[in-house]
Amino acid sequence: MTYDAGHYDVIVIGAGHAGVEAAYAAARRGAKTLILTLNLDMIAFMPCNPSIGGPAKGIVVREVDALGGLMGKVIDRTYIQMRMLNTGKGPAVRALRAQADKPLYIQEMKRILEKQENLTLRQGMVEKLIVEDGVCKGVVTETKAAYYAKSVVITTGTFMRGRVIIGDLSYESGPNNQRASVKLSEDLEQLGFELVRFKTGTPPRVISHTIDYSKTEIQPGDEDPRHFSYETKESIPDQIPCWLTYTNEFTHKIIDENLGLSAMYSGMIKGTGPRYCPSIEDKVVRFHDKPRHQIFLEPEGRNTEEVYVQGLSTSLPEYVQREMLRSIPGLEESEIMRAGYAIEYDSVVPTQLWPTLEVKKVPGLFTAGQINGTSGYEEAAGQGLMAGINAASRALGKESVILDRSQAYIGVLIDDLVTKGTNEPYRLLTSRAEHRLLLRHDNADLRLTEIGYQSGMIAEERYQQFLEKKQLIKEEKERLKNVMLKPTDEVQQIIDEAGGTRLKEAIKAADLLKRPEIKYEMIEQLSPSEKDLDWEVKEQVEIQIKYQGYIDKSNQQVERMMKMESKLIPENIDYDDISGIATEAKEKLKQVRPLSVGQASRISGVNPADVSILLVYIEQGRIKKISNQ
Amino acid sequence: METDTIAAISTPVGEGAIAIVRLSGEDAIPITNKLFKGNDLKTVDSHTIHYGKIVDPTTNEIAEEVMVTIMRGPRTFTREDVVEINCHGGLASVNRLLELVLSEGARLAEPGEFTKRAFLNGRIDLSQAEAVMDLIRAKTDKAMNVALKQMDGHLSNLIQTLRQQLLETVAHVEVNIDYPEYDDVEEMSHQMLIEKTTEVKSEIERLLQMAKQGKILREGLATAIIGRPNVGKSSLMNALVHENKAIVTDIPGTTRDVIEEYVNIRGVPLRLVDTAGIRETEDIVEKIGVERSRQVLKESDLILLVLNYGEQLTEEDVNLFKAVEGLEVIVIINKTDLDKQIDLEKVKQLSNNRPIITTTLIEDTGIDELEKAISDRFFEGELDAGDLTYVSNVRHIQLLKQSKQSLTDAMNGIEQGMPIDLVQIDITRTWELLGEIIGDTVHESLIDQLFSQFCLGK
Repeated sequence: MTYDAGHYDVIVIGAGHAGVEAAYAAARRGAKTLILTLNLDMIAFMPCNPSIGGPAKGIVVREVDALGGLMGKVIDRTYIQMRMLNTGKGPAVRALRAQADKPLYIQEMKRILEKQENLTLRQGMVEKLIVEDGVCKGVVTETKAAYYAKSVVITTGTFMRGRVIIGDLSYESGPNNQRASVKLSEDLEQLGFELVRFKTGTPPRVISHTIDYSKTEIQPGDEDPRHFSYETKESIPDQIPCWLTYTNEFTHKIIDENLGLSAMYSGMIKGTGPRYCPSIEDKVVRFHDKPRHQIFLEPEGRNTEEVYVQGLSTSLPEYVQREMLRSIPGLEESEIMRAGYAIEYDSVVPTQLWPTLEVKKVPGLFTAGQINGTSGYEEAAGQGLMAGINAASRALGKESVILDRSQAYIGVLIDDLVTKGTNEPYRLLTSRAEHRLLLRHDNADLRLTEIGYQSGMIAEERYQQFLEKKQLIKEEKERLKNVMLKPTDEVQQIIDEAGGTRLKEAIKAADLLKRPEIKYEMIEQLSPSEKDLDWEVKEQVEIQIKYQGYIDKSNQQVERMMKMESKLIPENIDYDDISGIATEAKEKLKQVRPLSVGQASRISGVNPADVSILLVYIEQGRIKKISNQ
Repeated sequence: METDTIAAISTPVGEGAIAIVRLSGEDAIPITNKLFKGNDLKTVDSHTIHYGKIVDPTTNEIAEEVMVTIMRGPRTFTREDVVEINCHGGLASVNRLLELVLSEGARLAEPGEFTKRAFLNGRIDLSQAEAVMDLIRAKTDKAMNVALKQMDGHLSNLIQTLRQQLLETVAHVEVNIDYPEYDDVEEMSHQMLIEKTTEVKSEIERLLQMAKQGKILREGLATAIIGRPNVGKSSLMNALVHENKAIVTDIPGTTRDVIEEYVNIRGVPLRLVDTAGIRETEDIVEKIGVERSRQVLKESDLILLVLNYGEQLTEEDVNLFKAVEGLEVIVIINKTDLDKQIDLEKVKQLSNNRPIITTTLIEDTGIDELEKAISDRFFEGELDAGDLTYVSNVRHIQLLKQSKQSLTDAMNGIEQGMPIDLVQIDITRTWELLGEIIGDTVHESLIDQLFSQFCLGK
């Protein structure tokens, strides 16, 4: 017997990095929202590395912020170190990464959620979905509470039938010895979900005062830190450094000798692990000639002694982990606080989802985050946000929001998942984006604030500031296109100092700025704007002018792509009815059910001839409609 | 896919005095206009025809005399803007024309694509839809099979090697981006990048060079025989045809599914410019003057310039030498059976190191020597005749040209000091273009490369 525990617009199961964004987004949009979690003290817990951001991922955090999400704001208030990566490269690949204070991050996230209007937090284990006539109507917990809602979002991460493995020890568990969620997984199977088994892992943590840091290299944060959120104005003083050390031949020998004991190699683990996050066993086996591997020592917070040993993810027995650690310079006397482990879990084959992250088979049900076969806090947050927005759309009768591949890394991520699926835990890489020059760290707001505002996620004040910034960028670009710089001594001197070739005749300021060695500040010295422009505006002006040629080229590609993206496939299309399409392509199309011809063309196994025939078929339908009228 | 401008030769090639290259798509008129010397086609009325010349923009040389029909959509076959360029019916001219429009941004139409567009744009009746789909299916499959069969194992291997080189380079750049703290791999420098791209580019250039030679091998070395009247041009022609039996060859898979006659000289197919052409040349040289003849000569790959041993050099002979300046020429001094009147020193001087052959066609002497000179001319360098058939498909050649352009863009970027991740966009594009040749553009392989080449991760 269950009891009626309440009625909501949106219910979110799980309060990890996907869940918190989903719940916050739904509530922000005005949906009455419930978030259910196994443990209210573990909201937005980071079970693996204590860092957020990095290439591609950092840009996702910016995008989440531009859309009104939480991750950027919260990490900006809780970091212990901030670093801009790839500063020596082009603007498209610069990426911010923060080292997080894990306990503080949890606290801050919980504080914000608790204060959020329309949002209820509750502890509970969901065992079953309420599905009536194929539509998801709510959830039932193990304490027999039945909650009803118009939309339900599942963000259970690696908890579904989670199993932790250390050497030959193996037990049912979520990450960090939390309870695994078993019944929900079974329920999904009964509903006809296709599930796969994935694996990931984490390294041991050691006690800080047992580390001899003098044998390692310091990795400090940036002196003048940037931030993820466009709302953050102040930086945190006293950053804490990380430390770099290396494995060596002794470490590798220990691994070699004990390889049979590793769960990965003994056959205990059947799930597919991610190639980009290999265990140390994997690294040593696959790259046997490599004499050493980097090990980063990362503090897990300001007020804790725990240090994360990045690079040493493992499923070897605890005593081997200890031996391995002690072969590494600086860690000779180290004591383990938590052992590393591998974890296997069920995840949903993501081609079962629409690009809104709604499940095709079960209207009203959404899934987001690691359950969809991804890995990484940022990938989870991006999906959670979009699932939350769309779950609220469904509940409130609003338009759904889908980002395309040229708008955001989040768009690339979701399109990849629902169109191609994934046969290993999916991580975003900059190389997955075909238009990465357009998907920059610096322009996330220009790309997405409008969407955030339209969907009620961005407050009016911030929106007005955004519009003003946009206007200033436009005006300043226009100005530089009109200002002529003559080859005066002052101009030549600045060019000399930058190491460029002197001017022969007068040149437009914008054209001078296009030279690789010329920076906006130099132009500013020669011809300052009358307005007091902040650095973000100046940065935009410089990037947009300097890389205009490449940006134009990318925009042309996007334009070509959009022509196919805008050819929509009718929802009721019957692929069996189309004679010309190859059988394999038909099966794929029936499974993925792409929304547009563009999406169809990205499905592997659908070749150009099939796409052509699909186009003809769709057009035929259109003509029929017109002639019937 | 359905949005770019397509072009194809839409008349049976080689049969008929006139051939038509047809373009369809929004850039059909601008593309033609870029090549066209005559009225501004952008402003002319729809459904009008214009006389003018097609100019090769890279050399500024006049390639062809043409009539261009401008038809603006939607009152056209495809309902898009359509341009039809009428040119002389010769294989060489129409192919040249097609290559020019392709290099200006048109894409070679797939089989049945004009019809497909006509349908998609609502031009064709609904009842024809099924037929159109069958057509696409059948033709695409056939084209793919043909293309695959045609693809020489060597070419495919070569392309794969080039792609692998590019992929490793790109993966190297990517690893610098996605794993900036990964210390095991040195940061890809502009210097390293320029080395890699130069290497691949020169290989692509070599393939294109082969394509050009291969084209000659298939289509024949267009050869013109010129000289004053009565120096023995016809006898030379007869001697060449008589000595070597005319061969018939079928060229599969290209757009030129035609049968042509060749004279095979020691493995070099010679396409002797048809007699009409030669007579015309003669007329032109005599009556209209050197300036006009240059036009005709330019079409030829090889010129046999015939002089009379028994006569002194005339003003006309000297003009002929001027007319063939910069062209591939073999000088033939015929009629050595007569008393010598010609100033051989002067001929040597005029010939400017080109081969000089002496013949007596009446007695059939000197023909062997001439044939040797022709084949030496062609097989200059280390090229093996077998190599030359690698690249024959127009689509392949077009893709190779685009690859070369894209690599050139990358190299320009490097020279300008653009950040490597921007330069890499053009390198990745090259890799994709080369992949289109062998039908492999799966993006996933980059990520595979990344993880197999480098040991990455936390």
